[in-house]
Amino acid sequence: MILLWLLCVPAVGGALAWLAEAAHPNWSRWISIGVLSLDLLLALALISPATSSGHPAWIASFDRPWIPQLGISFELDLDGLSLVLILLTLALSLISVVISWTEITERVGLFHANLLWTTTGVIGVFLALDMFLFFFFWELMLVPMYFLIALWGHENRFYAAIKFFLFTQGSGLIMLVAILALVFIHQHATGHLTFDYLALLGTKMNSMTAFWLMLGFFVAFVVKLPAVPFHTWLPDAHTEAPTAGSVLLAGVLLKTGAYGLLRFVVPLFPDAAHAFAPVAMTLAVIGILYGALLAFGQNDMKRLVAYSSISHMGFILLGVFAWNTLALDGVVVQMLAHGVSTGALFILVGALQERIHTRDMRFMGGLWASLPRLSAFGMFFAIASLGLPGLGNFIGEFLILLGSFHVSVAFTVFAAGGLVAAAAYSLLLVQRAFHGRIEPFPGRTGLFDLTTPHLVVMTVLMLSIVGLGVYPQPVLYQVAPGLSLLQHSGQASTGLRARVAEQP
Amino acid sequence: MMTAAAFRAFAPFTLLGALTIVVMLLIAVRRDHRLTALSTIIGLSLCCVVLLFSAPASPVPVTPLFIVDGTALFYAGLVLGSALIVAIISYAYLASSGHAAREEYYLLLLTATLGAAVLPESIDFTSFFLGIEVLSISLLGLIAYASPRQGAAEAGTKYLVLSGAASAFLLFGMALIYAEVGTMSFVRIGVEAHTGDPADLYRLVGVAMILTGVGFKLSLVPFHMWTPDVYEGAPAPVTAFVAVVSKIAVFSVILRYFNLAESHADTSLRLGLEAVAILSMLGGNLLALLQNNVKRLLAYSSIAHLGYLLVGFLAADSLGNMAVAYYLAAYAVTTLGAFGIVALLSVPGTGRDADQIENYRGLFRTHPFLAGGLTLMLLSLAGMPPTMGFIGKFYLVAAGVDSRLFWPVVALVVGSVIGLYYYSRVLVAMAMPIEHVPVRRAAAPLFGKAVIAALLVLLVTLGVYPAPAIAVIRVAVGHG
Repeated sequence: MILLWLLCVPAVGGALAWLAEAAHPNWSRWISIGVLSLDLLLALALISPATSSGHPAWIASFDRPWIPQLGISFELDLDGLSLVLILLTLALSLISVVISWTEITERVGLFHANLLWTTTGVIGVFLALDMFLFFFFWELMLVPMYFLIALWGHENRFYAAIKFFLFTQGSGLIMLVAILALVFIHQHATGHLTFDYLALLGTKMNSMTAFWLMLGFFVAFVVKLPAVPFHTWLPDAHTEAPTAGSVLLAGVLLKTGAYGLLRFVVPLFPDAAHAFAPVAMTLAVIGILYGALLAFGQNDMKRLVAYSSISHMGFILLGVFAWNTLALDGVVVQMLAHGVSTGALFILVGALQERIHTRDMRFMGGLWASLPRLSAFGMFFAIASLGLPGLGNFIGEFLILLGSFHVSVAFTVFAAGGLVAAAAYSLLLVQRAFHGRIEPFPGRTGLFDLTTPHLVVMTVLMLSIVGLGVYPQPVLYQVAPGLSLLQHSGQASTGLRARVAEQP
Repeated sequence: MMTAAAFRAFAPFTLLGALTIVVMLLIAVRRDHRLTALSTIIGLSLCCVVLLFSAPASPVPVTPLFIVDGTALFYAGLVLGSALIVAIISYAYLASSGHAAREEYYLLLLTATLGAAVLPESIDFTSFFLGIEVLSISLLGLIAYASPRQGAAEAGTKYLVLSGAASAFLLFGMALIYAEVGTMSFVRIGVEAHTGDPADLYRLVGVAMILTGVGFKLSLVPFHMWTPDVYEGAPAPVTAFVAVVSKIAVFSVILRYFNLAESHADTSLRLGLEAVAILSMLGGNLLALLQNNVKRLLAYSSIAHLGYLLVGFLAADSLGNMAVAYYLAAYAVTTLGAFGIVALLSVPGTGRDADQIENYRGLFRTHPFLAGGLTLMLLSLAGMPPTMGFIGKFYLVAAGVDSRLFWPVVALVVGSVIGLYYYSRVLVAMAMPIEHVPVRRAAAPLFGKAVIAALLVLLVTLGVYPAPAIAVIRVAVGHG
């Protein structure tokens, strides 16, 4: 039942925040904060006492018939993986409300409604274990996100919003076809029409069918992740979205792609996924290097961060298809760390744009002198993003590389190159924006540094990334039972695994 | 010989016929716009209520021409309900025009509805053709209904010529089949098809010509040319009627013809239908991309939607029939809502409806309710949750995947993605700031808004919790 509350609270809160605008815009903001805090508390209450001995994989579940005629039920289940990602979602949504306080001044109510509804959709994606329900939420979260970009974005927002919408919707429909094909194959085999994920696990089919269905799911998730060559929507969407939109996109929506790969692609089609692993890992390595290379070439600070996301998400794709405990632990930590660090960087770019009205690094330089706090935080998160030991991103990337080393040395070597490139573009960002000669531009005097709400937010994010880097074990304990269950369902015949391991 | 049960089952349609005569006499006695509209609206609501009471009597044959069963009642209910909503919106639309002769409009609306309402029950070429002709000829009057709008006469003439040609095709096809099998009853044609030569040329040509005629009425590619001009030229409520009522009626009768006469068995016919479906989905959506006129845009999108429906039609099993039924219901609610909003924003006296995309700039500021409503309607047309359109599209894809209709499903996916682009163009326009004062009505009448609100409630409720609707559809058409 608590899972239903987890969904309803932000959904209803969104409607309330919309209506409350009539009284005063600040009402919408406070309602959003209240609703998200309440939801966060609900989620925190679900954390199970984590020990190394483990706990049952499913922490809570909720199941009611929804469209019984078609074997569809309203089935929500929560394991450690879902819980951790939901906590990340709620924390970043809360932060998004805080940092939009001064940035969003038009149609405040509708903005917060869309923000909360996006959150609802994402939580639904992380909870749904009925394939139809999952698809429902998968599509549902796109609509408010589209409006966030299209209505409150920057100069080129309509183009970016439509591109985002078309890419994700198109790939989503391909997944729908794959879901339905899977369901009907299961029905023909067992005579039982159901969309229940747990029932569909282990459906027997010939390898050709399995391959095509796996590809249908894979495309949908990889577009969202995104991996090369499906990444082109991301730089536009990130750059044009308002700061809160970028934070949610990078921090949360991209993670739904990773979650889908973990939860559905490999467990539902283990053999096909293992056979496909070399291709997926090649895409991952290309993504890591290509994203880093493009990040290096950007003048627009927001685009730089966006391309760095592609590079970081490449590690996640690599880890998922390495599919061993080390790599999967790394994937989880990387998801959290990337959510926090990239979210923080987008917030800082947003704050900077609010102050100097540009994101172009050619017009920056020497900002440390006038904006010491902002610059210091900027440097911290840039360094986190490049994977400095002691910070969360390092743990994630290190574990992924360690895991993938067991599977393929060659891919690991190339992927590690991405770390070097990350150092280059991150330090370049710090150098061009915060150090160097002070650019004498008009209207650049009397800049005010980060205010208290921003400082609080940045401090929280900084502490969490340090915590994740120094002591990630609680998180790993929390997700361990869920991951081992996934691995169990995703375990293919050992012969195939060995063959994948030998390939370069 | 009609039994009491048959009489009871056919009561809604008898009542509709009587209502038509009553309204005609009423106009002869006293010309009063409000009175005519009110009696039309009340009469149609009464028909809807009586329909519910005739459900227990079904299934029952009524003369050799009709059968009143679950399927017939479901589609007749959709037709009557949609006609009722069109009548209410028409009143809101016409009330603001100072035009003198407005009463005959309702008479034509009722005869068109009568023609449409008997189609779902038809099981004979006679009733099939009579229904379609009554519908088409009344529509001709409605489309060109005397008004200062530009293009009304053009739209009317175009519809007259092409509809006449379509009827000729239909009639010739029926004649060929009659010449071959010597019967006009769907059931007996089906029996003949099983016993006779399956690849009979007369029959095949006959069915192809019937499909050509029906293709015109349903505006499927390549018989769609008239659609955008007629949709643009007709008054917005009439456009809603053409887009919803006539499409549901014709689709239901052709569905019954195929189910009974089992022409699905023929491979070449199936391939032809698949081609028409794919062309409609892709063609409709691609041409909609080029439009700057909302009515034309919705016209092309309706072509694509009829193409989507053909996927369920081609599936030709229980799942396909249910998918078609749900999708037609979703399509009716959504399209009525969209054209209803266009009608509520239009000022009839100005010569044209509020149909340019430009007219929708800043709608979120000036008409937040109508803009929000149109947003949900467009999302439903695009097949996004939480609307009926999402469930409907899911249903159709399910039917297509289950029947292994590979290319039609691919076209459906591609078409939906293209569709998203032009629907979002309208959404974006509504969110943009206003540059100059557009031609649109300042405030829509309250009952017009109430109709839209009711449609929205239906759209979202059945989009989030479709189980009741699916239960009804399962009982009505599941075994068709």
